[in-house]
Amino acid sequence: MSIDMAQFHQVFFEESFEGLDIMESGLLGMQPGEVDSEEINAIFRAAHSIKGGAGTFGFTDISSFTHIMETLLDEMRDGRRDVTAEAVEALLKSVDILRHMMTATQDGDDIDLDVVKIQQAELERILASDGSGAAGQESGSSASDEGTASTGEEIIGWKIVFNPHDTILRSGNDPYRIIRELSELGETEVNCDTDQLPDLKDFDVESYHLSWDIRLNAAVEQQAINEIFDWVEDECDMAIVPITDGAPSAQAAAPHPEEVKKPEAVATETTAAPSAKSAAAKPAANKTAAKAGGAKGGAKSGGGSIRVDTAKIDSLINMVGELVITQSMLGMLGEDFDMSRVEKLNEGLGQLERHTRELQESVMQIRMLPISFTFSRFPRLVHDLSTKMGKKIELEMIGEETEVDKTVIEKIGDPLVHLVRNSLDHGIEMPEDRVAAGKSETGKIQLIASHKGGNIVIEIRDDGKGLDRDRILSKAIEKGVISDAGNLSDKQIYELIFEAGFSTAEQISDVSGRGVGMDVVRRNINELGGGIEIESDPGKGSAIIIRLPLTLAILDGQSIKVGDETYIVPLVSIVESIQCKPDMLNKVAGKGETFKLREAYLPIIRMHEVFGVENPISTDITEGLLVVVEGDGQRCGLFVDELLGQHQVVIKSLETNYKKVDGTSGATILGDGSVALILDIPDLMRLARRHQPIQFLKSA
Amino acid sequence: MSAQAAAEVEKEKDQETEKALLDVVGDQYLTFRLAEEDYGIDILRVQEIRGWDEVTRLPNAPEYVRGVVNIRGTIVPVYDLRLKFSMPFREYTKNTVVIVIRTETLKGSKSVGVVVDAVADVLHGHLIDITQSPDFGHEQMTEAISGLATFQDKMVVLLDVDKLVKDDADEVSEDEEVTEE
Amino acid sequence: MATILAVDDSASMRQMVSFTLKGAGYEVVEAVDGVDALSKAKQQAVNLVITDVNMPNMDGITLIAELRKLPSYKFTPLLMLTTESSPEKKQAGKAAGATGWIVKPFNPDQLLATVKKVIG
Repeated sequence: MSIDMAQFHQVFFEESFEGLDIMESGLLGMQPGEVDSEEINAIFRAAHSIKGGAGTFGFTDISSFTHIMETLLDEMRDGRRDVTAEAVEALLKSVDILRHMMTATQDGDDIDLDVVKIQQAELERILASDGSGAAGQESGSSASDEGTASTGEEIIGWKIVFNPHDTILRSGNDPYRIIRELSELGETEVNCDTDQLPDLKDFDVESYHLSWDIRLNAAVEQQAINEIFDWVEDECDMAIVPITDGAPSAQAAAPHPEEVKKPEAVATETTAAPSAKSAAAKPAANKTAAKAGGAKGGAKSGGGSIRVDTAKIDSLINMVGELVITQSMLGMLGEDFDMSRVEKLNEGLGQLERHTRELQESVMQIRMLPISFTFSRFPRLVHDLSTKMGKKIELEMIGEETEVDKTVIEKIGDPLVHLVRNSLDHGIEMPEDRVAAGKSETGKIQLIASHKGGNIVIEIRDDGKGLDRDRILSKAIEKGVISDAGNLSDKQIYELIFEAGFSTAEQISDVSGRGVGMDVVRRNINELGGGIEIESDPGKGSAIIIRLPLTLAILDGQSIKVGDETYIVPLVSIVESIQCKPDMLNKVAGKGETFKLREAYLPIIRMHEVFGVENPISTDITEGLLVVVEGDGQRCGLFVDELLGQHQVVIKSLETNYKKVDGTSGATILGDGSVALILDIPDLMRLARRHQPIQFLKSA
Repeated sequence: MSAQAAAEVEKEKDQETEKALLDVVGDQYLTFRLAEEDYGIDILRVQEIRGWDEVTRLPNAPEYVRGVVNIRGTIVPVYDLRLKFSMPFREYTKNTVVIVIRTETLKGSKSVGVVVDAVADVLHGHLIDITQSPDFGHEQMTEAISGLATFQDKMVVLLDVDKLVKDDADEVSEDEEVTEE
Repeated sequence: MATILAVDDSASMRQMVSFTLKGAGYEVVEAVDGVDALSKAKQQAVNLVITDVNMPNMDGITLIAELRKLPSYKFTPLLMLTTESSPEKKQAGKAAGATGWIVKPFNPDQLLATVKKVIG
């Protein structure tokens, strides 16, 4: 019987996660004050279904929590309650909590009930508060302490949820002291929750595992309560909810019909609430499992697995079958071979090549996933950050269905988050500044993914204030990244921000200034075999362009010969190959050699020198070839002896048994079984800079 | 039977006994020759023994890192132990041997190949006397020495495989090294 | 009776604190800066430490951090005396392991009330 039930559970969870997504995107789209009844209805219905299903399957924690959300939403869709930013925020956080509850239940883990309790108290508080005439109840707004004395409900007490963190004892604070102080304010009923106590054998006397529900039956000012918690604000999660003589604020109750504004309680509430909210949000954020796609398919969320169409697997099986047939045919041919059968041999080998290629393409296809998996976190991120910063920002995502290798999806997420945060933080201006500059109040950020010429291109475009060329330049000089401007183009100056040790944020803002630098972002992208560029139009906006290879295991490469050594140059990095004529060369003392390509002078990298190749065929550039390559937005010419063929190569790691070799990104095994190194163009340029004076940047 | 023949038979019997004993428990060391000295390494760490194959040079690598080879699809670096321990280089011939060993590092196992002059017998731990090592000439070598063994009048220097190639396969930062001690 | 370590480089502050606390029956040990305080704390176990923040040789926040490293002071209440309620100082203190703070200027009654709350 339990097996049957479990099957239904699966469907319930899948539906519920989808419902949560609907709720989240609906809530994100809601504007305070506007009432799109259809939208709210959709959100309500989603909550209602989840509540119903949870009740049916006996998930009572989930159903009772959802019930409160549903009540709040019901009031909003009926017009009995205004849509306030505060309520929307609380509902969004509740969606997070609900996700956590679902995931935990699905995985058989424990739900963090403390966190649930706190959010529930918050929802109840909102329900108990006035829903109409809600101007001035924006979350985060400073408390307005002028209160007209309410003639309706009176506060007769407070419900306090107090969950100290397990490290609280280490600051010398004692939760009992706090409870004692509370009891000095009036009569208290204290309930202790021992759920989190570990087994005796795991018990650590230095950590604290109790949580408390306290009811204070005294009509004191909330300030008095806040003061008691002053020292331990950061070391606990708590919620303070007023108890009124009108509607009890325990379970979801409709507000009193003759509502009169309850100023003070609610207004001062917002000063306590943010700390409770932020305290609640942190554990909620920590405990909420990765949201990407929820835990669909029954697998534990965040595992290393892929959902694959069974049709794809079937076709793979067929292809392998064909391969086996071809192989045995060739085997038979080989047993009794003579030159008369060479035709058949070639035929067989051709078939082998075709089947292998098909197989390869199909298998690689399996690893491809739409980039929406990575992009899906951004609406929420942009919403939260723009609220936090007080900016108005609209996010547009284009090309979410573009398919990318699974590894790229996994590894591009964090760099993208950093870049988007940067855009939000330093790019988009405050609404007032935008209006003053003649722009619309709401800034716009675009996340665009597309396939271009064998690569994935991801762009982050904003219409903010663009990069400050002069400030970047002066900062770079100040930090010793370059010695002077030389003749760096604007683009090259903008790209100085990728150099290590560089940060122009005037204050290290919490959002993007800390620790992770643009140099780390660039390195991460290089490690994926890609490159990153910046464009900027001062006053109008900036764009960050990331190029990544479609797959990570296989590379289209051009073989080159340097002396008697063979190297592979990734085709994506090659612009063209030319034979250099003497009049194109230009050598400047102390600045290295350059050659003229159309209108630009590009530096030359002498591969023999940079790689220490003995027996170069010639040291005269005009006798060899220049392979013009591009990496990280810069171009140069590689001086090589010969171009060999182009082929697809399988990338093998050098780090498995050795370590990274500068200038290379791995190795491959050639047809004759020997090893050839694959060049990493940006890295090679950095290496070359160390070996010889090169007219990129003046720094070593 | 002549005295000599009898002595030879006895020697043979001894060897047979030894062999029988050999299969019993004990550490086994693969010994090899390097510049007129005998060295031994834990046989469990030996993955294979190959002849010298053309390697692909690694640019800007130390001289004793000869390059990398392809061993059944994996890229394996090859070190020349003579050069690593500042001994004179010897040209490779068809008798030159590469021992592929498995080293354990902080980051997991790695396979590396080392060029030696020739491979010799497998020695069994319980038949040899292992004493602590004196100071040898070369600092890097000394670190890798895990003991000295004598076997039938021969002195064999036992090497710790992990310490032998420690500085190469790992990019151990200075901080890490301090805490290791 | 409980023993309190009072740390302040200003003699008058020390005297005021000491006098107030002794009057209420507590034992008081005085120290002039963090280094002095640390050494006295090691010699004799105290039940509460009240320390100024700005002091020469070792400031109050560093003192708190150092005290927390001692096994016998892991859970001892450590209070900072701050001149204004600046959030950074409070945060820095909490990060170092402070229990809480008392804002200067305070009157003796406030001091006693806080001490009583913390160690009874």
